[in-house]
Amino acid sequence: MTHHQPKIETSPKVSDEIRQTTCYMCACRCGINVHMKDGKVAYIEGNRDHPVNKGVLCAKGSAGIMQVNAPSRLRAPLKRVGPRGSGEFEEISLDEALDIATGWLGPIRHENPEKLAFFTGRDQSQSFTSFWAQNFGTQNYAAHGGFCSVNMAAGGIYTMGGSFWEFGQPDWDHTKLFMLFGVAEDHDSNPIKMGLGKIKARGARVIGVNPIRSGYNAVADDWVGITPGTDGLFILSLVHELMKAGKIDLDYLARYTNAPVLLNGDESSPEFGLFLRNKDGKPQVIDRKTGKLTAFDKPGVRPDLHATYRHDGITHRPVMHLMAERYLDAQYAPEAVSERCGIKPGKIRAIASELARVAFDEAIELDIAWIDFRGEKHKKMIGRPVSFHSMRGVSAHSNGFQTCRALHILQIILGSVEVPGGFRFKPPYPKPVEAHPKPHFGVNPDSALNGPHLGFVRGPDDLALKDDGSPARIDKAFTWENPMSSHGLMHMVISNAHAGDPYKIDTLFMYMANMSWNSSMNTGGVMEMLTDKDENGDYVIPHIIYSDAYSSEMVAYADLILPDTTYLERHDCISLLDRPICEADGAADAIRWPVIEPDRDVRGFQSVLIDLANRLNLPGFTDEDGKAKWADYADYIVNHERRPGIGPLAGFRGDGTEFGRGEVNPDQLERYIENGGFAVHHIPENASYYKPWNTAYQEWAVKTGIYDSPQPYLFQLYSEPMRRFQLAAEGHGDRQPPDHLRDQIKTTMDPLPIWYAPLEDAQVDLDEYPVHALTQRPMAMYHSWGTQNAWLRQLHGRNPLYVPTKIWEANGFTDGDWAKVSSIHGTITVPVAHMAALNENTIWTWNAIGKRKGTWALSEDAPEASKGFLLNHLIHELLPPKGDGMRWSNSDPITGQAAWFDLRVKIERTNAPDECQPAFDRIKSPVGQGPDELKWKVGK
Amino acid sequence: MTMLPETTTRKLGLVIDLDTCVGCHACVISCKGWNTENYGAPLSDQDPYGANPSGTFLNRVHSYEVQPEVGAAQLVHFPKSCLHCEDAPCVTVCPTGASYKRAEDGIVLVNESDCIGCGLCAWACPYGAREMDAAEGVMKKCTLCVDRIYNENLPEIDRVPACVRTCPAGARHFGDFNDPESHVSQLTAERGGMDLMPEQGTNPVNKYLPPRPKDEIDQIDILAPFLEPVVQEPKGFLGWLDKALEKI
Amino acid sequence: MHPSPSVIIFTTCSGLGFGLLAWLGFGLPDVTGWVAFAFFAVAYLLAVGGLLASTFHLGHPERAMKAFSQWRSSWLSREGVAAVAALLVMGAYAGLLIFFDIRIMVLGWIGAVLSVLTVYATSMIYAQLKTVPRWNSILTPALLLAISISGGALLAGQITEAQVLLPIAAIIQLIWWTRGDLALMQSGTDMATATGLGKIGRVRAFEPPHTGTNYLLRELVYQVGRKHAIKLRVIAFVLGYALPVLLILLPFGHALAALAVLSHLAGIATSRWLFFAEAEHVVGLYYGKR
Repeated sequence: MTHHQPKIETSPKVSDEIRQTTCYMCACRCGINVHMKDGKVAYIEGNRDHPVNKGVLCAKGSAGIMQVNAPSRLRAPLKRVGPRGSGEFEEISLDEALDIATGWLGPIRHENPEKLAFFTGRDQSQSFTSFWAQNFGTQNYAAHGGFCSVNMAAGGIYTMGGSFWEFGQPDWDHTKLFMLFGVAEDHDSNPIKMGLGKIKARGARVIGVNPIRSGYNAVADDWVGITPGTDGLFILSLVHELMKAGKIDLDYLARYTNAPVLLNGDESSPEFGLFLRNKDGKPQVIDRKTGKLTAFDKPGVRPDLHATYRHDGITHRPVMHLMAERYLDAQYAPEAVSERCGIKPGKIRAIASELARVAFDEAIELDIAWIDFRGEKHKKMIGRPVSFHSMRGVSAHSNGFQTCRALHILQIILGSVEVPGGFRFKPPYPKPVEAHPKPHFGVNPDSALNGPHLGFVRGPDDLALKDDGSPARIDKAFTWENPMSSHGLMHMVISNAHAGDPYKIDTLFMYMANMSWNSSMNTGGVMEMLTDKDENGDYVIPHIIYSDAYSSEMVAYADLILPDTTYLERHDCISLLDRPICEADGAADAIRWPVIEPDRDVRGFQSVLIDLANRLNLPGFTDEDGKAKWADYADYIVNHERRPGIGPLAGFRGDGTEFGRGEVNPDQLERYIENGGFAVHHIPENASYYKPWNTAYQEWAVKTGIYDSPQPYLFQLYSEPMRRFQLAAEGHGDRQPPDHLRDQIKTTMDPLPIWYAPLEDAQVDLDEYPVHALTQRPMAMYHSWGTQNAWLRQLHGRNPLYVPTKIWEANGFTDGDWAKVSSIHGTITVPVAHMAALNENTIWTWNAIGKRKGTWALSEDAPEASKGFLLNHLIHELLPPKGDGMRWSNSDPITGQAAWFDLRVKIERTNAPDECQPAFDRIKSPVGQGPDELKWKVGK
Repeated sequence: MTMLPETTTRKLGLVIDLDTCVGCHACVISCKGWNTENYGAPLSDQDPYGANPSGTFLNRVHSYEVQPEVGAAQLVHFPKSCLHCEDAPCVTVCPTGASYKRAEDGIVLVNESDCIGCGLCAWACPYGAREMDAAEGVMKKCTLCVDRIYNENLPEIDRVPACVRTCPAGARHFGDFNDPESHVSQLTAERGGMDLMPEQGTNPVNKYLPPRPKDEIDQIDILAPFLEPVVQEPKGFLGWLDKALEKI
Repeated sequence: MHPSPSVIIFTTCSGLGFGLLAWLGFGLPDVTGWVAFAFFAVAYLLAVGGLLASTFHLGHPERAMKAFSQWRSSWLSREGVAAVAALLVMGAYAGLLIFFDIRIMVLGWIGAVLSVLTVYATSMIYAQLKTVPRWNSILTPALLLAISISGGALLAGQITEAQVLLPIAAIIQLIWWTRGDLALMQSGTDMATATGLGKIGRVRAFEPPHTGTNYLLRELVYQVGRKHAIKLRVIAFVLGYALPVLLILLPFGHALAALAVLSHLAGIATSRWLFFAEAEHVVGLYYGKR
């Protein structure tokens, strides 16, 4: 019998047009091809030419079409008419909305600009929003880094001038051993997946360190199911083993780190433990060739890791001595840390051994000659093909900063940073602390702030304290409680503003931050603070302005809503001044542009800020005559200059051929659009590695406008700024910490990485609360956004609490059971599921799946609102009271990073309730509810 | 006709690498997007914003936990779509001839205008590769992006299924299994590509690369010499340091 | 498998209807005129009603005619062809018999054979499916044919035959159940072969691909409690076989006969509900269900 088959069209028309822009379904900033049919979005795929994703795209990115048509999109500016939290609004015009905002903000600026607290959440235009806040004149500005991963960012910058993700990446093409610590599966997600794919294709080894074996850890060849909060101890044990075996890169340590730098050994000196500096303030080393004391960067100097310097009867020792003393100590031996970390000594040793073998026995050499900052010529680039990556799992602990530093120490002693096969910085990094600003908080009525808000403190002198010693900032960043809080503490703003501690504010202005739900610890408490009234019946936080594109939980708690656009309807710039999209081989930045026009009365938030700035006559935005400099954000992106020749976008400057520095080019946006929405400028081959010390790179960076002058520096194994805080705590200097913080500072601000138990451990009864509880973000959802997306919410419409075998069996759980989970702060009742590939003392769930009834245009009986839940209810922004009358925040005492993952709980089986507990009342939806069926097809 | 072709000229299909798939669902949504806009009726979603959202998907990613006799449990992410079987039972059961296997490349397709929506092909498929679209009342399945792989309106490099083009980890590979030199044939040979449910006699074209052995690092003795201590006493370290520095 | 009412009604009624037609085709009972009309009317109501019910689960019933085209390869198509042929042939046979009192025996025999073939084709739709091990057996056509023919005998008033055939059907039913309970296990298909991961260790479904349900789960994965199933089997056995046999052993009466038929119909419908509800489709393994 013959086979028949129909003829089909195998070459249908794909689309009318492709518009290339930048994705915003998460923070990765991949390039996308938006296929248009009949002027509508028909299909979204990755842009093959784009430096970030090279054509691939994750689930979120491909689901962008369902975000752009989501029924949850806000449709017009809203004025609150019911009580806060009710969701009762009336739609008003944008003009009226801006009039109201101006009516609140104008008087504040005239009287005391600090009465405005302006905080942005997952904003990707911080260089612009901070510029706005700076010109408004309030010191109370930050973005979400404080509750995200400031430990990682600051730990990296203070140690080696850059960290992971936007700062740097593994050398995926050369690495032979990749070790991944505590990574949220959404961070830098496509590049990490692509990198893992490259490693897997070569059959190279991946080691995953994570209490949970999902996602990236599921494909890791070896899994280390570590006990949460003990990563630092595990890392220092690896350091111990490597040092003990002499498997450290001495040449690298001597040349490129402060291991040979001499420390003041005079115990009576106010400079005890600081670098022994010369007249020019340069740290000094002993030159191995001459045996003499020399500035570290003198041409031809060969710093000695071993030699000490004796003067006036005092021996000044190099950092290397202190490291040997500390890390060779038996307290870091695998046997000593094993139980605490939940890792067998043999495994720790095996990993140390494998690191040593690959770093030194499988070293690679690239035939690329280069010249270092001391003028020495190198014929080759030596590579130690061991690489690491880490993110929030390590970061979101109260010992996270020191743990991040410990990880960098491990990378550095292996000689694996900025070398082939190791870790590579992405421009504008490497960038030493010295090249970053310090915090500024000089407030004056009707004036701009005296400088950028956030920065990197070098010591107590840079703290943001008022003359009376009280915190200058509402979030208490850069105070003795958390001196190195480089990203601010967004998670403390509402709590502090409500408590009037350190002072009361008038208007809370927030953007893209779901603070009354998944972006806050103590979610229920935050709702109360936002709705709390004083004795006069007025809200304790008098005015709240909020901007969001969608009907999120936070909308209901604001008085005025400024509706933002979706990401395909707006201009944006992913700038080198901010969090750019660079790769290790080149500097790059990108734009978003309106590939479709909004069909609602909404406007991109940045343009709204410009309008508001113009109405408020803010300097920087208006000239002497009060005339607006920019009509909207697109105008600003092209025409603003931060420094002469340097603007938000680096590409196509001047006549369109210049990158980095160049005159304003009025056609710049068109050129970006023609080029696929991005610009990239490659680093020359001889500048591609050893960047912090490579003269070719330093020259390229100056030419590109990344630095104004070469900035070679040493990696800071020993952190002098931390030692300065310790000195203050020991009683040196004019600026003294309050007594109750003295011990904390002495202990935690150790200039060489240490490990200490997460602070919550000391505050709770560990016999009663023996279990660690964590969250992870699924790869297919970005915080609360995924839920409004008809395709993504089908993947994760509810979240069980995953329970390891030991706890599962001890409680007699079976499928379909529910559990009551309690911390010292609160209780939740949630469905459980069994997971064997999990640290035996850890439970976890997916983050931000649970939703409030009435939000995101979902029906009230949506599973997200009945079987989805937040762990946030168990976590408080403050530690339990110690009885000293102080408010101790649940943060890293160094950076203020929110310590989400310190959480300790107990768990017990319980009868199934109707829905997860706690349950909250329904919010009235300002956008109604989505349709009953979707048959989305744009073309015919 | 619902008879299977005796042989097919090419044997197009996928290799799915279970050692590399991180379970990100990129392929799932990319497939949903392409196939909603292209071949046949859109992949509809019922109750998309309500209590029981349920849509048509041609590719879904499962996950399994595997407990070895000794050692830690493992998690395996497991994408699954039509395997374009050589002996496709879904084709021969079709009463109308709507289901067919193409003679030129072996792709199994549904001619939607002939489909009566009886669902028998879904019953006959052991893999759950076919889903009836609730809005359109016809059977939907993976087309191996037949409207991409030959599409002259796409650049040549993009003439691969949407799921393959988008996969961030590179865990999905597309090619001709009849060509022993093809990437997919070679991967299958090198990495022991396997059939799902071979006992069902379907002869699937798509192959799965099994996860590589895991958790072997602490069983390798050969590594021990790398950690031979340079000195026994902590204090001796500085002496070693001096000697070691001499050699640099 | 989802026990959808349309398929249960279809297989139960059309099985009984074609069973009756088969007996009528062989001239048992040997009736003519209005009595014949009554018998044929019942048979056609059951057979055609069942067939119509089956179209309710189609996505596009208006295209049903296309289903006659693939008789060379598809049992569903063959069933359609056989059913239409049987109904046409028997229609001619019945028309002549009722209205003209003409009995063309050959036509009756052909119609009877076609009716039996229709039931066989129906049974093969299920029996052919390797994906449903409980069905994938020669016992499935045996069971469906036995039920059809014995039920037909009962309905045709062929008491003596029914007294023999019903117990035979009952025995096949018991064997079918017993074999069926082991079928999935003995099929060689399990989570290890489904995933290919059995070589590493014991495989367990962790997270489903989507947290919500889907077509496959609704259509192919149905779970019925073990206790519930046993209860229903007892009901099916008693109503479908035991009680009708008892009733027809009693002195004949129309009321008792009608009761026997109703009891049988209810019992077979129950058995048929279990036929679907207890059938495990191997795709369930991917979801960690049975």
